[in-house]
Amino acid sequence: MAQKPHLSIYRRLTNQLASVAAAASAVLVLVPLMAIFGYLLYKGFGSINLAFLTHTPKPVGEPGGGMANAIVGSGFILFIASLLGVPLGIGAGIYMSEYGKNRYSTYVRFTADVLNGVPSIVIGIAAYSLVVLKQGHFSALAGGVALGIMMIPTIARTTEEMLLMVPYAVREAALGLGIPQWRSTLSIALRTARSGVITGVMLAFARVAGETAPLIFTAFGNQFWNLNPNQPTAALPLQVYVYAISPFDEWHRQAWAGALILIVLIVIAVSVVRFATRRGSFAGSH
Amino acid sequence: MTTVGVTPSGPRPTPVELPTRVQRIPLKTSTFAKLTDDGFRYAMLACSFTVLLIVGLLLFELITRSKLSIHQFGFKFFTGSDWDPVAGQFGAFPFIYGTLVSSLVALIIAVPLAVGVAVYVTEMCPRPIRKAISFLTELLAAIPSVVYGLWAVFVLAPLLRDYVEPFLEKTLGWTGFFTGPKLGLGMLAAGIIMAIMIVPIISSITREVLVAVPQHQREATLALGATRWEMIRMGVLRNARAGILGAVILGLGRAIGETMAVTMVIGNRPEIAKSLFAPGYTMASVIANEFSEATDDLYLSALVEVGLALLIVTLIVNTAARLLVWSITRGSPQRANG
Repeated sequence: MAQKPHLSIYRRLTNQLASVAAAASAVLVLVPLMAIFGYLLYKGFGSINLAFLTHTPKPVGEPGGGMANAIVGSGFILFIASLLGVPLGIGAGIYMSEYGKNRYSTYVRFTADVLNGVPSIVIGIAAYSLVVLKQGHFSALAGGVALGIMMIPTIARTTEEMLLMVPYAVREAALGLGIPQWRSTLSIALRTARSGVITGVMLAFARVAGETAPLIFTAFGNQFWNLNPNQPTAALPLQVYVYAISPFDEWHRQAWAGALILIVLIVIAVSVVRFATRRGSFAGSH
Repeated sequence: MTTVGVTPSGPRPTPVELPTRVQRIPLKTSTFAKLTDDGFRYAMLACSFTVLLIVGLLLFELITRSKLSIHQFGFKFFTGSDWDPVAGQFGAFPFIYGTLVSSLVALIIAVPLAVGVAVYVTEMCPRPIRKAISFLTELLAAIPSVVYGLWAVFVLAPLLRDYVEPFLEKTLGWTGFFTGPKLGLGMLAAGIIMAIMIVPIISSITREVLVAVPQHQREATLALGATRWEMIRMGVLRNARAGILGAVILGLGRAIGETMAVTMVIGNRPEIAKSLFAPGYTMASVIANEFSEATDDLYLSALVEVGLALLIVTLIVNTAARLLVWSITRGSPQRANG
């Protein structure tokens, strides 16, 4: 009974052509991803050794040396950035979701989205102007401020989104028991949404962990160990950049190794996040 | 109304008066509760205000630090093409040109691919593949810029130099866009690496927009006898075009501000050439390259002014893009019911 409707050749062809084109674009987008990862693994694994992970850089011409201080330095800068960005971001998210039925919150929401698109190098200039010029020298603190600012909009928006997914009845139940609103927000709503909020924090963290541009003239880089927030500090992405544009083969080798370490750390963070959200109380809608 | 104490035959008792104590309880606790609640509310308000404060601070700091150059050069700063720190001459036109051209190349490559992926993922592919592709494109977005740059310098540039650029010159050399010495490093390389980097942003937002198109639009088009492609074209893409445009502009914003990967492959020479094989310079990469070496105040001020221009352009671009995307997806996330 069910007969295939008659279609003109032109319509049938364009339909098939469109399907093929869409599938082909999906493949084409994934090719560079495979190429980058493949090359990174191939080049990086050949260059990682114990010295790379435990030593500081050697002067030009001397073989060996590593990026241990840059790995630690990156962690240190990210720690400062998180101290600044995480509380402010979560606080802004709480305000928008719990008290945000006004025009002011719409402005904040919109500004957060716009701030998300501001180039990182511009934020670097602002951090230079705010911290480096006032201190008189480059410092880990300046780098942390730049990265911390970049974390705020992402964390604020995801926190808001996750808190809004918590049913309102949960808050009403808490308020009905006589719990003050701030306790209900922090210990009931935020606690229920915590896996989603952590996701947002980790995504923001992963995003700024690979940032190089704002660190060039804030954290600046350092050949030696440093854990003083007022001193210039090495950072992994920065070291990779400096080594990549240098003319030395030995440094190119180390740049690949550094890039691999950087990406492995970031991929671990993202995968943990994916795992946590799948297991958490709120599987994202995407 | 309470019924306690009502006897069938007796007179109706007067309503039981609630003890005043019960009424007073919320009043008693309210001073402290109100104080902490208000305190919490204002603390959260302060947190949210930092978002506005940061944007204001960015503008303020950049304007103050670039005053010197603004006074010295005026509007000629953006039209002059002479960038000579030694002579104290600063014209930013080559950087603006380089930013525009490389971003345009990136968009031309990235937009069809990104929209294609989004259409494939939302309308065509089976569920398990959809998840895999979404995850992989997200992964593409998580790769740091400097790693793209590294790959572009050591893999993409030689590939372009040895295979792609000779081919392009042979077939399209007559247009004038693909001629000259084939270095690998240049506008074309910058555009391609940028395209790879902005595809995930454009496609993920396009996907969001496509999902927001109501299902009955698709059903209605199919009911009229449309093929799948006709359904996508008339029922989906046409309804989503404002949002897709927003996604594209958002990608443009990313491309304009992209720094590290571009700095590593564009060649960093403030020249204006028609050929895409030629080296160029972008606004972001001149800051990255020269900022920490800028010794005198005017030089630094000129670089900050380039940054200011970059900031204002990206603010405008992002505002326009967000308004377009919000018009489709509605900006504030939906509150869960129940």
